[in-house]
Amino acid sequence: MSQSRRSFLKAMGTISLTAVSAKESKATPKNILSDDRLGVLVDTTVCIGCRQCEYACKVEHGLPAGDIDDYSDRSVFETRRRPDHTALTVVNEYPAEDPRQKSVTVKVQCMHCDHPACVSACIVGAFTKEENGAVIWDGGRCIGCRYCMVACPFQVPAFEFNKAIQPRIMKCDFCYETRTSKGLTAACVEACPTEALTLGKRYELIQVAHERIRENPQRYIDHVFGEHEAGGTSWLYLGGQEFLKLGFPDVGTKPAPSATEPIQHAIFKFFVPPVALYALLGGIMWLGKQSSEEEE
Amino acid sequence: MEKYFKPQPLKRTFLSKGVIVLLILTANGIVWSILRFGFGLGAVTNLSNQFPLGMWIALDVAAGVALAAGGFTTSALVHIFYREDFHVLVRPAIMTAMLGYTFVGLSVVFDIGRYYNVWHVPIMGNSNSVLFEVGMCVMAYLATLYIEFFPIVNERFIGRVHLQGVLRFLNKPIDSFLRFADSFLGKTMFIFILLGVVLSCLHQSSLGTLMLIAGKKVHPLWQTPISPLLFLLSAFAVGFPMVIMESLTASRSLGLKPEMDVLRKLARFIGPLLGIYLAFKLGDMVIRGTYVYLNEINLQTVMWVIEILFGVIIPLRMFFEDKVLRSRTLLYTASLLVIFGVALNRFNVFIIGYTPPYMVQRYWPSIGEISVTLGFIAIEILLYRALVMIFPVIAVPLKGVSAKAKYAIRGVIQ
Repeated sequence: MSQSRRSFLKAMGTISLTAVSAKESKATPKNILSDDRLGVLVDTTVCIGCRQCEYACKVEHGLPAGDIDDYSDRSVFETRRRPDHTALTVVNEYPAEDPRQKSVTVKVQCMHCDHPACVSACIVGAFTKEENGAVIWDGGRCIGCRYCMVACPFQVPAFEFNKAIQPRIMKCDFCYETRTSKGLTAACVEACPTEALTLGKRYELIQVAHERIRENPQRYIDHVFGEHEAGGTSWLYLGGQEFLKLGFPDVGTKPAPSATEPIQHAIFKFFVPPVALYALLGGIMWLGKQSSEEEE
Repeated sequence: MEKYFKPQPLKRTFLSKGVIVLLILTANGIVWSILRFGFGLGAVTNLSNQFPLGMWIALDVAAGVALAAGGFTTSALVHIFYREDFHVLVRPAIMTAMLGYTFVGLSVVFDIGRYYNVWHVPIMGNSNSVLFEVGMCVMAYLATLYIEFFPIVNERFIGRVHLQGVLRFLNKPIDSFLRFADSFLGKTMFIFILLGVVLSCLHQSSLGTLMLIAGKKVHPLWQTPISPLLFLLSAFAVGFPMVIMESLTASRSLGLKPEMDVLRKLARFIGPLLGIYLAFKLGDMVIRGTYVYLNEINLQTVMWVIEILFGVIIPLRMFFEDKVLRSRTLLYTASLLVIFGVALNRFNVFIIGYTPPYMVQRYWPSIGEISVTLGFIAIEILLYRALVMIFPVIAVPLKGVSAKAKYAIRGVIQ
């Protein structure tokens, strides 16, 4: 009897040790929050809806872009579009509250969150937040589970549902590979003819945005979308009316991962809860065995 | 007089009317599977950028894991809490859990876009990801279930490995491997039994954490920080109804006398377990004040009421009724209601409650998705039928055997 009890305890010890060391070697993906990270300030009161950014983006990413003259056709604004696998950024039109303006056009793309839900959610760490602020996807890791799409509060990542092999998760990558990692400006920012898009360091852009609001209080509402939304985003928006009326989602100011990461980390902090449960059940099993032997 | 039971391979003809129906469903599922792998997810499913997860994740995976809870709850009851009186139920429960989890894994492979990269999960895992934890626990538990099933393979084949022809030289090595495995598992099985229960508790609850990161996309009726606890409690509650449902179905289909005495005793646990689940569910509702949403009548609230009323409250009441416990039909109905309630809960959390900010069209499963799911269920039932005919899983009463032959599972510390 004492022999089996000793082997029982020994085996339990070994199991918990191997479990801990196996888990500790797992890495978490990169999420660098550099103070100098970049951002883009989008001034929706300046945007004229010319969709040059859409064209530039498609060309930059090797997507079928068509003829540049077609982009002046404003009939596409009849439906609200979303970024997908054919276009990583789109411009939508919303009715303006200001009677002097006919409409407001808003560019949509990945917001490049400071605490991205996709980075936290991805099962294989295929998403990373780079030092320059870009949130990028690594196709070499992706298994195509689409949990990032569930997690994203802005409903941005798109999936190539019609590809049987190597379907990609498609979203704005802040031109990381080709431009912003080399100190160049993003393709859409370069293409914008009205300077509705300003690329710069995020903290400077926030100052610029608040200055513009102070100087033109009639033109803007006193809110920089992205300064605090979802824990802060690299892309920032200025608007002349409530952002909910410009097609922005109500995401609150808490980063999405704050709902899950505390739970995960509490359960797996040094593996205490699972090991404790294992020990507790082992104890019950052992006691039950003792009493059932006494009966016999 | 006490009866003695021994699990034995059942001798029946495999083919029956039901089996033919199942074979047709399987063939239909295979056709759609070929389309899925040949032309991509978009060709077969109604998934879109708005609804990235569909029926395969909500039912085949989330509900599948919950409904396979019979395995760990029964093995905990018998082996950890030493309720030897439920011994006859352990083998069928472990086997159905093993089949269930196998198909959970297969469903995941069907659903993910780059299924051939699935081996990235243990290597590149992101420890912040809830999905990673679920994935690892499910993989580990699936392996544990195969180990827990192995003593049954040993019992069936030790001394009976008779390969013919060119493979004949393998007979001896296989036999000695089985004998080695038998003696090894005999000493260590308690480790795996405990491990199985711990892993189950971990991933059953983490499935509930999965949708928390979706924030406001999930309706407040289901989006609660205690979702992991609710998932775990509902898994506890649905385990025994699954065992009862499977036992009654199998005994009818295989022409056996159902073990009503044992099942009735097992059913007495279900009422309290459902009660605890309901208490937490409603307590959470009161604390967060989400009952205000029940004022409006919409898809979400109707589904919530169906889930709670038919899936929890009615079976809860039924399981506290002696009349229900005595009647085979009523016991079967009550168990089915619990199963329906938990499956609907998973469907609600993952699909009905999910409203993306830019929704154009609500997701409903496509014919292809339903066909593949039905195909999986059909294969699962066929495998169950085949396995109980090959392996000693289902216990049948022995005639004229002395008390010494009292049946005990191998591999548990005796």
